Amino acid sequence: MRITRRSGAFFALVASITLAASGCSGGDSGNTSTGSELYKNPVTLNWWHNANQAGPFQTLWQKVADDFHAAHPTVTIKITAIETNDLQRNRIPAALLSSSPPDILQAWGGGEMVEQVKADYLKDITADTKAEVAAIGAASKIWSVDGKQYGLPFSFGTEGFWYNKDQFTKAGIAAAPTTLDELNAAVTKLKAINVTPIAVGAGDKWPAAHWWYNFAVRECPAAALSDASTKSVFDDPCFVKAGDDLKTFLGTKPFQPNFLATPGQAGATSSAGLVANGKAAMELMGHWNGGVMQTLTPDQKAPTFLSWFPFPSVPGAGGGQNTQMGGGDGFACSKKAPAECVEFLKYIVSPDVQKAFAATGSGIPTVKGSEAGLADPVLQTIAKATQSAEGVQLWLDTAFGAKSGTAMNDAIVAIFADKGTPQGVVDALKKATAR
Amino acid sequence: MTTAEPTVSLADRADARPAGPRPARSSRAARTRRKWYEIIGLTGPAAIVFAVFVLAPMGFAVYYSLYRWSGYGWPTEFRGLENYFGPYGAFRDPIFLDALRNNGIILAGSLAIQGPLALAMALLLNRRFRGRSVFRLLVFVPYVLSEVTVGIMWQLILLRDGTADTVLTNLGLGSLITGWLANLDVVIWTMLFILTWKYTGFALILFLAGLANIPNELTEAAAIDGASWWQTQRYVTIPMLGSTIRIWMFLSMIGSLQVFDVIWVASTPAVRSLGASNSMATYMVDHGFNQREWGYGNAVAVILFVISFIAALLFQRFVLRRDVEGALTRRVKH
Repeated sequence: MRITRRSGAFFALVASITLAASGCSGGDSGNTSTGSELYKNPVTLNWWHNANQAGPFQTLWQKVADDFHAAHPTVTIKITAIETNDLQRNRIPAALLSSSPPDILQAWGGGEMVEQVKADYLKDITADTKAEVAAIGAASKIWSVDGKQYGLPFSFGTEGFWYNKDQFTKAGIAAAPTTLDELNAAVTKLKAINVTPIAVGAGDKWPAAHWWYNFAVRECPAAALSDASTKSVFDDPCFVKAGDDLKTFLGTKPFQPNFLATPGQAGATSSAGLVANGKAAMELMGHWNGGVMQTLTPDQKAPTFLSWFPFPSVPGAGGGQNTQMGGGDGFACSKKAPAECVEFLKYIVSPDVQKAFAATGSGIPTVKGSEAGLADPVLQTIAKATQSAEGVQLWLDTAFGAKSGTAMNDAIVAIFADKGTPQGVVDALKKATAR
Repeated sequence: MTTAEPTVSLADRADARPAGPRPARSSRAARTRRKWYEIIGLTGPAAIVFAVFVLAPMGFAVYYSLYRWSGYGWPTEFRGLENYFGPYGAFRDPIFLDALRNNGIILAGSLAIQGPLALAMALLLNRRFRGRSVFRLLVFVPYVLSEVTVGIMWQLILLRDGTADTVLTNLGLGSLITGWLANLDVVIWTMLFILTWKYTGFALILFLAGLANIPNELTEAAAIDGASWWQTQRYVTIPMLGSTIRIWMFLSMIGSLQVFDVIWVASTPAVRSLGASNSMATYMVDHGFNQREWGYGNAVAVILFVISFIAALLFQRFVLRRDVEGALTRRVKH
């Protein structure tokens, strides 16, 4: 499989790069909407998003659609909310193949967007969104392919440990771990007070795989990760080392029993539910986790004992020790969508909507300044950590695309199940593109 | 066009008869034509629906299965039979072979456990006793529940320290407790247990209906001849139930080969992808959709179809033969 460029490449999330990044994504782009035709004819925009659970997030999207319709009465927005995995894996590919795809669709960037662009499914929005891209900064690059912008992220953040600070205090852990050794010590102390140290939703595969991703980021130099994303080259021994690190860590038995049957987000017995209900002390998870936990507690509120720290450094490892895993959510317009679609996309990342999104506690907004709307102290911490990270690596399964990503995740889960080896992950990645 | 041909051939045959009066021949031809109009008019719509929604998708599946295709754009990379027999083809993938084995376990387990269990219950519930209809209803309830409900329900019951574990502990059987849905060697048997719990009621209701069709005279005659209850069941009732049992075996076999929902819901993606609980159908969806291997997924679908089809044909040829005589077979010598 030849992919000229994986947009999920390694990039530095430093404010100074913002303008450079958006500057080079200019160039010629057709499909510029002629301003005079906008809002002249009545149009219906079909909007597919993944906020399928009732809650503040879903309410916000409805309000965004209603407000846009009120401001531009010619535009009617029809929402379809679908569970995220079903949306990404089944519904969007099938709809894009049909003659009537949704106008605005959820887009996660990375390898998947490269494939969608290659099949000519998405609208090039480069010319119309220069201001928005500048306001979002480097994160927007993940939603661009070959320098052209195809989508805009409304949320972007890094991954880290969501932990129960009360249990940490009780176990006598003075400060959040900053190195792997400190994390191991914390695991031992938590076991001593009979608390499951770490919950992992290995049943869903990807929450387990994220452990390997983080070890890979610690072990691998930036160039190795970039080659893996863009050229599918996995020869650097750091990828095997990441598996070795994981295997050693699994040997300390830090996770809840029967983790192969534990889902990541569904129900109180999921890994997020275990932490939210005080049954486990930590979970390694993305910035959306607070929003998930809200829906899993009896009072439907994120617990107050929550706090957060980034993935610790691994002593002796050769990769970026202050580079973080991360990713986000965005939207794209399908090729034939009317010009109003782009306007709506821009509205979604306008400062007011971004602040309202921040207030829902469902994730970290992308537009600079809107993080002021974050009410949740944990999200404020993550927003700060995202800004101060030396670099942010997009989720490896998203960066590598669905095929390699899933094969990699399967091989990592095999390590968790004590049925696979560190070398097995690299082998799986190498042969993944054969089907 | 197509109507003309049989008309002609029949007319020819009529011609061959020496004393065929003309008016009779033409009215006969008209009747034959009308008969064909009727056949085409009545079966046409069904045939079109069948062709469009069954035959055509099957043809497409075979076509797609010959390509490497991620589902974006139209398939262009022709791979021949690589998806079936190539180095990364289904028959060389240990996880797919695990799926085949799991389907085999479920098929054999369903036939070996559900059948005798349902038959025993049917014979018991066929006797008159107080509260019989309540018992019948209770046994049938699991079948009425949707697969997804059943999957989630058992997932919750089988949680660590959940209902099942608590019951076992209180029975003094705590040492048996394992990760019912996490222990890779146990999961497929858990799935078989859930499927048995759910589908035994279906077999039961079929058997009860079959029993109701057995004339009382036969059992009365057996009683007069001095047969015990056991002997009556063994030599009168069960043989009379033969066709029902064979039909149930057929349905159970096809259902086992295509089992999807309960496994999909009750076992996690991780356990499935390790080959511990997956069936051919869950493997197909995991790879075809989730892993974006659409060509390969179609190949798995074709394999699943061919296996089910062959199994169905063999079963009809050798087991169901007596029951479907005339309908599906040409001529059976007695």
